[in-house]
Amino acid sequence: MPITASDGHSIICLAAALASAKSACKPLPFVGMSLVFRKFCRKREILQQIAESVGLAIGLLLAADADLLEIVTLSLYVSLSATSIACVLGLPLGAILAVTRFPGRGPVLVLINALMGLPPVVVGLIVYLQLSRSGPLGFLGLLYTPTAMIIAQTILIAPIVVALSRQVLEDLHLEYAEQFRSLALSARQTIQALLWDGRFALFTVALAGFGRAVAEVGAVMIVGGNIDHLTRVMTTAITLETSRGNLPLALALGIVLLALAMAVTAAVHGIRAGTAGHADA
Amino acid sequence: MPEHTDRNDATGTGARRIELRALAYDVAGTRLIDVPALTLRPTGTTVVMGPNGAGKSLLLRLMHGLIRPSAGEILVGGRPLSPRQCKAQALVFQKPVLLRRSTVANIDFVLKARGKDRSRSRSLLDRVDLAALADRPARRLSGGEQQRLAIARALATEPDTLFLDEPTASLDPESVQAIEGIVAAAARDGVRIIFVTHDVQQARRLADDVVFLSNGRVAEEASAAAFFNGPETDVARAYLSGHLDRLVET
Ligand SMILES: Nc1ncnc2c1ncn2[C@@H]1O[C@H](COP(=O)(O)OP(=O)(O)OP(=O)(O)O)[C@@H](O)[C@H]1O
Ligand SMILES: [Mg+2]
Repeated sequence: MPITASDGHSIICLAAALASAKSACKPLPFVGMSLVFRKFCRKREILQQIAESVGLAIGLLLAADADLLEIVTLSLYVSLSATSIACVLGLPLGAILAVTRFPGRGPVLVLINALMGLPPVVVGLIVYLQLSRSGPLGFLGLLYTPTAMIIAQTILIAPIVVALSRQVLEDLHLEYAEQFRSLALSARQTIQALLWDGRFALFTVALAGFGRAVAEVGAVMIVGGNIDHLTRVMTTAITLETSRGNLPLALALGIVLLALAMAVTAAVHGIRAGTAGHADA
Repeated sequence: MPEHTDRNDATGTGARRIELRALAYDVAGTRLIDVPALTLRPTGTTVVMGPNGAGKSLLLRLMHGLIRPSAGEILVGGRPLSPRQCKAQALVFQKPVLLRRSTVANIDFVLKARGKDRSRSRSLLDRVDLAALADRPARRLSGGEQQRLAIARALATEPDTLFLDEPTASLDPESVQAIEGIVAAAARDGVRIIFVTHDVQQARRLADDVVFLSNGRVAEEASAAAFFNGPETDVARAYLSGHLDRLVET
């Protein structure tokens, strides 16, 4: 059964969980305690609670907890698949848009740029409507499967890949265009050469897409349903575990997600720095 | 006069004769190129000279089909310039644009794109003395090395006509000599050369014919011997003696 907790809902759940945990383990000793002191105690208890959860989370990470690993692996599988498909489709399309001029190109570019900001829940909803049993693609039986999640994330990030690669490759083409015309290259050869020569910048485009895919919760929640051992990924698990009050697992997953996000940023940074002093100069 | 000229004429390279007829190129109402009639020799080396902004680069790009004339026509071997004829030409740009790949990959790319024998890349690099740097990123080569690579890449297309736009500007004397050697060798192999330069001494060394441009117009067109011994126009005389500024003032 799909659990559709919104972000606001999960924050309220977090507060409620913290409050109930506090009252359960530490009844207040003095009735006549000042309000300031009581507030201080409360704060300290919450901090203690969080510290405990962080400790447990790190324990889960260090022990390579089976549930945790399963969730992280599925997350990576879904988001890396979506990124790969979005790149296979999106990079050539970006390249074609970069080198060709046709009537209506301007509006097409505006549309693709607008699609970059697609809300994940809307993508999830659209894919859900297609894949649900009464939908046009319902017969495929894909709803609540990792495949459905891959489809939704691919749709979510393909516009990012197309729009960003178009920008990168158009700049590159500006530099190469006359030389390529002098060499009498075909459009196909030009596009292939641009894709290869822009490979470092395009890798950062792919990373940007991956970063968005792995961090989104709305689309995978709707089409995946957050089913344990089947479609539960990091973001949906964090949402659920937080609302359940299982903070250690939620935090452990949060730490993995954060580390992943930082690794992506560091990789983008490293590639920029590396290419600036290297062959890209 | 080099002896190869006769040999090439004998093999019928007259089909490469470039004729410009009433050629004009305008940008925003300004006539940047205005050449009523000009015929370039089908063999050997034509040097194009003229001060900065005279229109030398524009003329090369027109003859290579990179830009379209606003009026007039360009005939190659008596026929209007066609994509096929452009493909038989190569242009070495004033600023070389190299791919973000290794030196040898820059050559391989052209050989593959043009369906040429890819085993030739090493011998082409040998020809421009870059074999030792084959695996270096092309964009980290020195200016002179990049120019040599750009020439090797142009030769990889096996052109019948090679345009070079100031390939030795800002290079040290040794690099200049190396490039002149490569170009002279290509000319001996039967490639027709059209070479833009500001360097009068270089023009003397390379030219069979000279076209002198000024303000987008052909001020003078003559064999090298005639041009250097007795330029007919004031502007060419002033340019050769290095006193163009004085002429402009008067
Ligand atoms: N696209 C353009 N728009 C406007 N003016 C142009 C354009 N291209 C060239 N020009 C002008 O045409 C003139 C000739 O330019 P060109 O580059 O052919 O000069 P050049 O003889 O090659 O000079 P240099 O020796 O400095 O390379 C210059 O005054 C230049 O500013
Ligand atoms: Mg120029």
